[in-house]
Amino acid sequence: MEEYKNIWVFAEQRHGKIMGVSLEILGEARKLADKKGVKVIAVLIGNNMKETAKDLIYYGADIVYLVESELLANYTTDGYAKVIVELVQKYKPEIILYGATYIGRDLAPRIASRLHTGLTADCTGLDIDENGLLLQTRPAFGGNLMATIICPEKRPQMATVRPGVMKKLQKNEERKGEIIDIKINISENDIRTKIFDIIKEAKGKLNIEEAKIIVSGGRGLGGPAGFKLIQELAEVLGGVVGASRATVDAGWISSDHQVGQTGKTVRPELYIACGISGAIQHLAGMEHSKIIVAINKNPDAPIFKVADYGIVGDLYKVIPAIIEEIKRVS
Amino acid sequence: MRLNILVFIKQVPDTNEVKIDPVTKTLIREGVPSIINPDDKNALEEAIKIKEKFGAKVTVITMGPPQAETALMEALAMGADDAYLLTDRAFAGADTYATAKALSKVAEKFQYDIIFCGRQAIDGDTAQVGPQMAEQLGIPQVTYVKEVVVDKDLITVKRALEDGYEIIKVKTPVLLTAIKELNNPRYPSIKGVFRAYKENKINIVTADDLGIDKSYLGLKGSPTKVIATSTPETERAGEMIQGNPKEIAVKLVEKLKEKHVL
Repeated sequence: MEEYKNIWVFAEQRHGKIMGVSLEILGEARKLADKKGVKVIAVLIGNNMKETAKDLIYYGADIVYLVESELLANYTTDGYAKVIVELVQKYKPEIILYGATYIGRDLAPRIASRLHTGLTADCTGLDIDENGLLLQTRPAFGGNLMATIICPEKRPQMATVRPGVMKKLQKNEERKGEIIDIKINISENDIRTKIFDIIKEAKGKLNIEEAKIIVSGGRGLGGPAGFKLIQELAEVLGGVVGASRATVDAGWISSDHQVGQTGKTVRPELYIACGISGAIQHLAGMEHSKIIVAINKNPDAPIFKVADYGIVGDLYKVIPAIIEEIKRVS
Repeated sequence: MRLNILVFIKQVPDTNEVKIDPVTKTLIREGVPSIINPDDKNALEEAIKIKEKFGAKVTVITMGPPQAETALMEALAMGADDAYLLTDRAFAGADTYATAKALSKVAEKFQYDIIFCGRQAIDGDTAQVGPQMAEQLGIPQVTYVKEVVVDKDLITVKRALEDGYEIIKVKTPVLLTAIKELNNPRYPSIKGVFRAYKENKINIVTADDLGIDKSYLGLKGSPTKVIATSTPETERAGEMIQGNPKEIAVKLVEKLKEKHVL
């Protein structure tokens, strides 16, 4: 096991652009690697990615393993798993981290299974213990419990990391590192799924993870029409609309608005929770917001425990007054 | 050609109802309803739809304690043809790797064209067992499936991405994991429920039946170990803002301006 060294980060790209979560993980990997005294190595798979590879160094990598092929331009389970498994067998990393994206969560378990090693999903906390093992903390039971998990006997130790939780480093173009081209033999026959088309949908434009201000609605709205008022408040604030799982499950609003353990993790400057009781699964997705305002008619609602400012009252009376006041002062 | 479809489901506590004991910090399971995991229900529904369209044999498989039988009964009532329950103390404490190992050993005992799983179970939210099984079985996988079109041995699927979807073509045998956008699962009909209970087609599978070294199963066969659990800490020193709606609005906007978030 001693031959396994260094921390690898799967640098996920889509259409040639590195995903934000991969940069976040690079920042975290940097901290862990410095604690262990090892290197951070980004693994970048794609086509024509030379320029982009430098960014990975600016964001914290010491080395970039760059694997390029026309067949690897877009993600496929078979293609990418083959590349990473071959790299692991050759270079033996101690830890590999992936973003818990729709792609990372497809790829990492496939690789873990082939390497007969452990994998922890959707981590929100990582650390190194006194024995040098990776401590992987993740929510379980819908965010009602946090579990800390280790992989003591198999290598590499692997985890997927939830987007929006870790912090990326400031981009530093002075940082030095090495980009190593690696040739992996891959043929069309290695890839059993054929991508026929990749379609972007307009609703994907809503990116609540990037929003500075989020106004969220919960079951306390009483029905789908309540989101009109939420939308109005979000608009005067220049923010976007978020939602609790209950409202999404009830079909009041689409799931791309969902904040929480099963939705998105957000950390805006301002989060206003309207008619949201504050189930732990929701709190897990928004507790790191800078300022939290809660409006709820139940004074015992758990949301008030995480709020900087609490308002007990009827949201249908309070929100219009707030909209009015914001319009007046701006 | 009649298709053979395996559907892997899990019985889970409804996490919307889960409460934590504030003293022992463990789950209070009492009074929490057990349900078929939602994504797995979409997987099952799709298998039954394919059966109705082309003719297929739908076999539903689960691993769990003896009471997981009720989940299989519901699946049979919805329209599955056959059901298998893996239940044995040797399976206890399995992480996703050891779970996938046991489930793929069962799958190997069947002829199959398509294996359906749910994307993830609401008690663990890992989404790992499907891909781990596909790897153990040496077949391709497509996860996050929101549309399936079957044309003999060619399957065309829409695979969801965060900002859209891919259209993927793949030959059988293949493992697909379902998301809720795939379909609206039916309720079992009264007739279906009666038939399921009358025929009782649930077969029990134990660790010995798998023909696998028990060191690969359960806690022993799991590369990952849970070393600590805790309830998430989430407290801020909050300030309550009081008054009539107008007064509240004025005070709140003032405070948000002070904090430079407005």
